[in-house]
Amino acid sequence: MRKFREAIIEKTILLNGFACILFVVLIFVFLAKDGLTLFRTIAIQDFLFGQIWSPLAEPPQFGILPLFLGSLFVTVGATVISVPLGMACAIFIGEIAPRWMREVLKAGVELLAAIPSIVIGFIGMTMLGPVVKSLFHLPTGLTAVTGSIALAFMAIPTMVSIMEDAITSVPRTYKEGSLALGATHWQTIYRVIIPAASSGIVAAIMLGIGRVIGETMAVMMLTGNASVMPKTILAPVRTMTATIAAEMGETVRGSEHYFALFAIGLVLFGITFLINFLADMARHRKKK
Amino acid sequence: MVDPKIVVKDLNIDYGGAPALKDMNFSVMDKEILGVIGPANSGKTSFLRALNRLNDLDLGCRMKGSILLNGKDINREMDAEEVRKKVTMVFALPIPLPMSIFDNIAYGPRRHGIKDKKKLEEIVEKSLRAGYLWDEVKDRLTSSAMKLSGGQQQRLCIARTLAVEPEVILYDEPCSGLDPISTAKVEDAIRELKSRYTQILVTNNVKQAARVGDKVAFFLMGELVEIGEANQLFTAPKDKRTNDYLTGRFG
Repeated sequence: MRKFREAIIEKTILLNGFACILFVVLIFVFLAKDGLTLFRTIAIQDFLFGQIWSPLAEPPQFGILPLFLGSLFVTVGATVISVPLGMACAIFIGEIAPRWMREVLKAGVELLAAIPSIVIGFIGMTMLGPVVKSLFHLPTGLTAVTGSIALAFMAIPTMVSIMEDAITSVPRTYKEGSLALGATHWQTIYRVIIPAASSGIVAAIMLGIGRVIGETMAVMMLTGNASVMPKTILAPVRTMTATIAAEMGETVRGSEHYFALFAIGLVLFGITFLINFLADMARHRKKK
Repeated sequence: MVDPKIVVKDLNIDYGGAPALKDMNFSVMDKEILGVIGPANSGKTSFLRALNRLNDLDLGCRMKGSILLNGKDINREMDAEEVRKKVTMVFALPIPLPMSIFDNIAYGPRRHGIKDKKKLEEIVEKSLRAGYLWDEVKDRLTSSAMKLSGGQQQRLCIARTLAVEPEVILYDEPCSGLDPISTAKVEDAIRELKSRYTQILVTNNVKQAARVGDKVAFFLMGELVEIGEANQLFTAPKDKRTNDYLTGRFG
């Protein structure tokens, strides 16, 4: 009887494990099925490198380069802002802050992660947008930069909590060994702790970037949604995610436009998959 | 009359609970090897960590009394980094930093501002020779220090402390994780260094203290029970508790 129970439990767990993988595979299959249909009528290079996204024109044009650049600008901007801030924050929490402050800050960072993206978008629209507009003397405050700043704040909690884990899991003996040789606290952080935690730090950055690329709601509200080739980061842009969200409701199922949106989804899937893969590589590099 | 290298005056330490060290008073002469013995929880490690101010890292640690190095109070008249450069520590478990052998040795000197490559190479060779390790690693200085054996890692750690040219070297049970042959090599290194450094060796191994120490101190429950010449302490201890410990009644 006991053996029987064990077997059932084991099988159930096994099934659950496979279910996760099955879902990913199914999502990929359906995405690919509809996405790849587009390339029966549109050449793949026109899709990837075309400079005009105009699905309602006659004939429609499905070049995702402006959308890709929109995503790229916003993501790179957000990364440039969030990595230094996040690292400084993680180092402070992990190494410098006294214990009571550490607990307060960690709770605060986790709370930041819990803010819904729509709220960040809302605050960005009403507070950040006007500031960006007047600061750079722009016709509109809804630009790639505005989106970058808001997204940076969404990426920071993910980054900080993973980086902080990596930093605090550096063996205490490394720190003491370095200090015992007369190195200062900062020298120890910079020369020993950060290098020892580097794989975790890289993984944190990658996951933060993954979060930024996939974000939709806040960028839709903040980046101005203009699907034209962006010339500067101070111009309105539209990201790939925002395009799907904005246009999915208006397409006819089975039309070229419909398939094109799926193809964008496929590209996004590929990008996030790549980033997660790199993050995993970074995380396991040290353990080998 | 020579001034003592280290003077410990009314030293009391606690970590928020029972005292770890009680009213310690003694001194260590220049170029002397002091062996510190005693059972677990007798305050040996707390004492070492006070000497190079690693106790500063423990937020709950409170200290009263003073420790003088060359007549200067290490807690009030010196920076922690200055103290730790002059009084370095070799830990119980060898902990090479996660970098190459060369970088491990050069770590200390580099932090103290030496950048010249020639000079660093010189220091690395000299330190490794002094730590009895040069011949074993000279062909693979760029490989990771984590790949060395336990005994080699511990000698690397000794060499690394020598590279910062300290005045005092503290050993916290440096052979507790080593086999007898590696232990003998580490002990050789310690004896060899006697001509240049003041050394304090905390050990659980009474025989090791007898083999290496000039003087030996016996700690019990945070108190200094007895300190004296190694020969005298091992053959004719003055305190009954010392005798009991040495003859194996407890500990």
